[in-house]
Amino acid sequence: MISIKDVHKSFTNNNVLQGVNMEIAKGESMVIIGGSGTGKSVLLKCILGLENPDSGKITLDGKETNKGDRDVFLARFGMLFQNAALFDSLSVWQNVAFRLMRGPNKISKNDARDIAIEKLRRVGLKPEVGEKFPAELSGGMQKRVGLARAIAAKPEIIFFDEPTTGLDPIMAGVINELIREIVVEMGATALTITHDMSSVRSIADKVTMLHDGQVQWSGKIHELENTGNPYLEQFINGHAVGPIEAVR
Amino acid sequence: MDNINIMNRFLGSIGFSVLAFCTTIGRIMIFACRAISHIFRPPYYGREVLTQFMQIGFYSLPVVGLTALFTGAALALQIYSGGARFSAESVVPSIVAIGMVRELGPVLGGLMVAGRVSSSIAAELGTMRVTEQIDALVTLSTNPMKYLIVPRLLAATFAMPILVAVGDTIGILGGYLVGTGRLGFNSTNYLKNTIDFMEIGDVTSGLAKAAVFGFIIALMGCYHGYNSGRGAQGVGRATINAVVSASVMILAANYILTEVFF
Repeated sequence: MISIKDVHKSFTNNNVLQGVNMEIAKGESMVIIGGSGTGKSVLLKCILGLENPDSGKITLDGKETNKGDRDVFLARFGMLFQNAALFDSLSVWQNVAFRLMRGPNKISKNDARDIAIEKLRRVGLKPEVGEKFPAELSGGMQKRVGLARAIAAKPEIIFFDEPTTGLDPIMAGVINELIREIVVEMGATALTITHDMSSVRSIADKVTMLHDGQVQWSGKIHELENTGNPYLEQFINGHAVGPIEAVR
Repeated sequence: MDNINIMNRFLGSIGFSVLAFCTTIGRIMIFACRAISHIFRPPYYGREVLTQFMQIGFYSLPVVGLTALFTGAALALQIYSGGARFSAESVVPSIVAIGMVRELGPVLGGLMVAGRVSSSIAAELGTMRVTEQIDALVTLSTNPMKYLIVPRLLAATFAMPILVAVGDTIGILGGYLVGTGRLGFNSTNYLKNTIDFMEIGDVTSGLAKAAVFGFIIALMGCYHGYNSGRGAQGVGRATINAVVSASVMILAANYILTEVFF
């Protein structure tokens, strides 16, 4: 279980996270929603250890993630970045097999390549794609490769940062479906940050809304409609007028 | 009152600039120490070092070779012209050789490689930072310091002396071609004078300088690229800062090392 307790984080004079509290149970698919600049990505980076919180605690199964051997935690994580973040200098299969060929549990190049091809197939890509370089792929294909890389080492917890941003609605639907299928198939815990409501409805077991660096609402996916929470209702209905001020 | 305010603001801006400069130097030192500490700790990425060695060393050969060739040739003409004023034309071969090996080879080679390599490292790492590839490395349990920075530092530090040795030879060849073809030197005498007056210390001091310059070139490229700001503008600024700071540091380090080897 991931537990986030009273986490604060600020950059110069900008208080991004102002006491975030959240719990994500094992095997649960949690989606964090919220407008741009509400601290979703910063929270994700704090959980991954890419940023250190100013105060508060983030624990995984009772152990603080920013203390002790970080590699032990990272070995349990998989991550799909917003723009896939594939390594330009490596071929697609080398990107997917990156973690498999390095570290204490590294496997042979041929075995890693076989696993990479299998994972590419799992996300709907042909084995020939493995020989290409990321720059030769479309945005949707890059996302799929990023997903294949995230699941290659069979992580227990997978993070998805804006998985459908920049994709057309059909490709977004394909990615949402793949995420849902893979998370269920692997029995993994998933944490997704997005402001795409179709993603929320496809992926989430539980939804948390962040606003001004704090949790504004949290509940199960079936509780999302008619909550009476004006912030949440404005966000999911996409109204320009309401308690959330749009930055113009 | 207005004059006092203007003076305060003026002094304040000077103080701010000095503090910013000291902060940057401190950050570069910490970055360098962290990188050096990772050189001695596993895992090691030998293949990455080799790839960077090819990128930094082998592909810089044409630019260093051409720079050295024309510098050696021009140096021969200048020394002949100056030496003729006090009937010392015969010093051309030895001065060309010593000038190239001790000073011009490492400095001009360093500046040319700084332009080519510092900018390329800063742009590559800056783009990796902006597109979250560096964050992705961390999430894949790979330390970016070990995987990205250390191979570039090692490759540049070891490639530069080899590049400069090749450049020195080509520079001396440039002087030889002008000396024998244009200034009427006898080929055998030119080569004899070149070799006779050169000492082993001349060569080693030049190569030691080259190694230090190689480290500076990679360090500046890596530091500015790794800490690049957001967007295309951030990467552009990182590239400019890398080239400018590497060039200035090469010239400053050249003076210090010349004092050491003097």
